[in-house]
Amino acid sequence: MFNKIQRFIVLDILKNRVVLAYTLLLAVLSWSVFSLEDDSNKGVLTLLNIVLLTTPLVSIIFTTIYLYNSAEFIELLLSQPIRRSKIWTGLFLGLFFSLALSFIIGAGIPILLFVPGHVALILLVMGVLITAVFVALGFLCGIMSRDKARGIGISILLWLFFALLFDGLVLFLLFQFSDYPIEKAMVGVAALNPIDLARIFIILQLDVSAMLGYTGAIFKDFFGTGVGTAIGFALLCLWVILPYLLSRRMFIRKDL
Amino acid sequence: MQVLSPKDYRYVLGALCMILHSLSAVSGTIQVGSGFPFASVRKALEVSIDGDTILVHSGTYKEGNIIIDKSISFVGVDWPVLDGQLKYEVLSIKADHVLVTGFVVRDSGHASLDDPGGIKIYDSRYVHIINNRLINNFFGIYLQYSQHCIVRDNIIRASGTEEQQIGNGIHCWKSDSLQIIANSISGHRDGIYFEFVHGSIIWRNISFDNIRYGLHFMFSDNDAYITNLFRGNGAGVAVMFTKNVKMFNNTFEDNWGDAAHGLLLKEISDSYIFNNRFIRNTSGIYMEGTNRIIVEKNSFKDNGWGMKIQASCMDNTIRDNNFMRNTFDISTNGSLVLNTFNDNYWDKYEGYDLDKDNVGDVPYRPLSLFSVLVEQNPPTMLLYRSFIVTLLDRSEKMIPTLTPDNFIDDRPLMHAIPL
Repeated sequence: MFNKIQRFIVLDILKNRVVLAYTLLLAVLSWSVFSLEDDSNKGVLTLLNIVLLTTPLVSIIFTTIYLYNSAEFIELLLSQPIRRSKIWTGLFLGLFFSLALSFIIGAGIPILLFVPGHVALILLVMGVLITAVFVALGFLCGIMSRDKARGIGISILLWLFFALLFDGLVLFLLFQFSDYPIEKAMVGVAALNPIDLARIFIILQLDVSAMLGYTGAIFKDFFGTGVGTAIGFALLCLWVILPYLLSRRMFIRKDL
Repeated sequence: MQVLSPKDYRYVLGALCMILHSLSAVSGTIQVGSGFPFASVRKALEVSIDGDTILVHSGTYKEGNIIIDKSISFVGVDWPVLDGQLKYEVLSIKADHVLVTGFVVRDSGHASLDDPGGIKIYDSRYVHIINNRLINNFFGIYLQYSQHCIVRDNIIRASGTEEQQIGNGIHCWKSDSLQIIANSISGHRDGIYFEFVHGSIIWRNISFDNIRYGLHFMFSDNDAYITNLFRGNGAGVAVMFTKNVKMFNNTFEDNWGDAAHGLLLKEISDSYIFNNRFIRNTSGIYMEGTNRIIVEKNSFKDNGWGMKIQASCMDNTIRDNNFMRNTFDISTNGSLVLNTFNDNYWDKYEGYDLDKDNVGDVPYRPLSLFSVLVEQNPPTMLLYRSFIVTLLDRSEKMIPTLTPDNFIDDRPLMHAIPL
């Protein structure tokens, strides 16, 4: 299943202390959330914050740092008769598998134990997808600049933008255009942020969706149907594929 | 002392005989059923006189509209079925002092012009409808211009799907001094409907899975409803255009949906809401144009909004309540606050209590910035659980700028009140 490069990277990362700490952190957070909240529905909402904040942050920054730290290893590989695209794919899959594994072990087990039915599945899938998206974005940050500090700076900025600033912008738009029927347009705007996409996906699975009112109904009409779900997933996958392909293109063309 | 002569005894005896005779006429019993003197309920009703008891034995009676216009006891033995064949009003009561008990009343006609009911009481007093089963009727039990009636222990079921195609479970119109006790109602438009009904009590009923409201009050002053359970109704419970209503010890739960409220109050004044439980409703209490009511010792749990208090509400007192695990405890649509909040327990309160008197030393602002934003611009709910919202709420709690600064509980409790 894995080729040699991927296997090497996965094993290397799994031994990494940061990833172990990340797994432990997720485990402690989710176990305590579910044992403190007597209502699992509220537990899900708290866990939502973990999935939407911690996972992207760790994924993007760890990926970027790992890329910079293994620059020499990559150069070594490049001296071998291996295609550049193969090296990049190997790195990506290796990083994604190990971080996704951390998420599944740390948060996935309590989720499957405490959360009923399809909500657990959606939470897990969204967590893994968000991991993939931010690993891909991390690859983009890592390749954009040769300077390590600048690369990490960009990755933090990207996380800040998607986790915080984007929603501030949405809030601003909502109030600027409150006199217009912008509900349908908001579906399109939400697609521009993978974190928002994941959040809305999960919230629509929960009872609280009734509180979203008219806008919620439009989102439910869209994402609640089979086609809408498929489009939503496709959009998230696009958020993985596009940054990754872009970074690969840059890697292949780059003069190292 | 003079002793009665034998002749006097004869008079006394004669008088006694006359009294006995008349008594037997009062308590005449007419039996209806196969193998009994009467096979038809209508025939039995024709020969009966005031004070008779008609015992109807088990069987199905398809006799169209049965009208009771004498003061009789109409008693079913082993659940006889009165079938309206989906064409007729089943039982019409047009006399005072009637008792109806032990019947299965089913399949009344459906018509929106004359509102046929399973059991309909016209302009009567002291009618008792006790322990019947009403199945698939347009209206279940319908009372109009009636006084001092008791509706007790009835099971009322229907399976309506649309508001306009089904009537109410217990419908009371222009009546007073009614007692609606221990009925179980589901599948109707409104479980219990009161319009222009005064001085009445609704006690220990269960009203669930009705299409619109579990209980619907309009223009009905001086009533009380106590220890009822309203669950899973399309829009919860509505109390409108009424004063002096007492609402004690009721449970409002699982009224969840876009336009559903646990309890909708509209144009209510001088009422008292005490010791109720509001659990898992989109909004526990929604208040509009509500004045001088006291909301005391209620418990609001797991609701979307604990209370939605519109700015048109005035002089209401909200005290000694528990607010737990609600998404928003309170929301309002204006900046004018004319209501008082005191001594409530808020599970989101983060203050401290240095003097250990169980009252927090820092006042609590139950209105979060996000709930204000959502009220101004509902699509903002899209950002629910977004990190920026948490941040904004935090900073607003430190320095209130957008939320009304007198919207405050000066004496928040540190521990939940045991309710």
